[in-house]
Amino acid sequence: MTIANFIFYLVSSMILVFGVLTISTRQLFRSAIYLLFSLINVAALFFLMDNEFLAAVQVVVYVGGIIVLILFSLFLTQQAGLKLPLPGLGRSMMAGLLSFFGFVLLFSLLLAASPEADENSFSAITMKEIGFGLLNFGKNGYVLPFEVVSILLLAAMIGAIAIAFKTKKE
Amino acid sequence: MNYFLSNLTLLNITVPVQWYLYLSAALFCIGVAGALTRRNAIILFMSVELMLNAVNLLMVAFSNHLGDASGQVFVFFVMVVAAAEVAVGLAILMMIYRNTGSVDVGFLKKLKW
Repeated sequence: MTIANFIFYLVSSMILVFGVLTISTRQLFRSAIYLLFSLINVAALFFLMDNEFLAAVQVVVYVGGIIVLILFSLFLTQQAGLKLPLPGLGRSMMAGLLSFFGFVLLFSLLLAASPEADENSFSAITMKEIGFGLLNFGKNGYVLPFEVVSILLLAAMIGAIAIAFKTKKE
Repeated sequence: MNYFLSNLTLLNITVPVQWYLYLSAALFCIGVAGALTRRNAIILFMSVELMLNAVNLLMVAFSNHLGDASGQVFVFFVMVVAAAEVAVGLAILMMIYRNTGSVDVGFLKKLKW
């Protein structure tokens, strides 16, 4: 077992364990923190694939943005220390079975169709190539989706403020 | 650390792409199970984040495997759309809480026929 394999096993088991804890814990605050650990470990996998820039973006956007947003809305809507009721047994059994069969289906499809294990084909994408891809308007360039998505983000921010704005009672 | 990992890449002892496929399939199914079981709207958001992250991981792994930067460009777009979705969704959640006093999605059945 090489070092890269060991790191991969460690990090991916942490991703899965914290993911399961996220959806199964009864306290919402802990759930958010487990989600944070899971996302940080995904960033660690990006590091393992030599994509430092994406790892940094993952930490900044997810941990710095989305988790903080979720935590603030938790503080605004929940009583501290409140334990959520557990879902019913039949319901969790059904969901577990469905997602397990979904996983088995996905796994068998992947086993049948996955590419040959060719370790030589690995080549890390540098940040320069991503930059060219984002702001290039020739072939393989995505400058139009880039602009559209920036306008979408602006519209979403204005919309969020407009929705959550407290109107004065008459 | 970066230098160390680059050496790993040069020595061709990186992790094969299949493992990333299996990992992201498992992570996606965990997100699906969370979205199916829980009734709290915030946990539903977290499950959606887990699923989006599984897809991101898959796209980054394939983009490295094929040596094509397009996959990682799309990962940026997915992240931006996820941020927009969470911002608008949590604003809607605040309004729901203000009107019904709860964030349980079981309360929202006025549109049910």
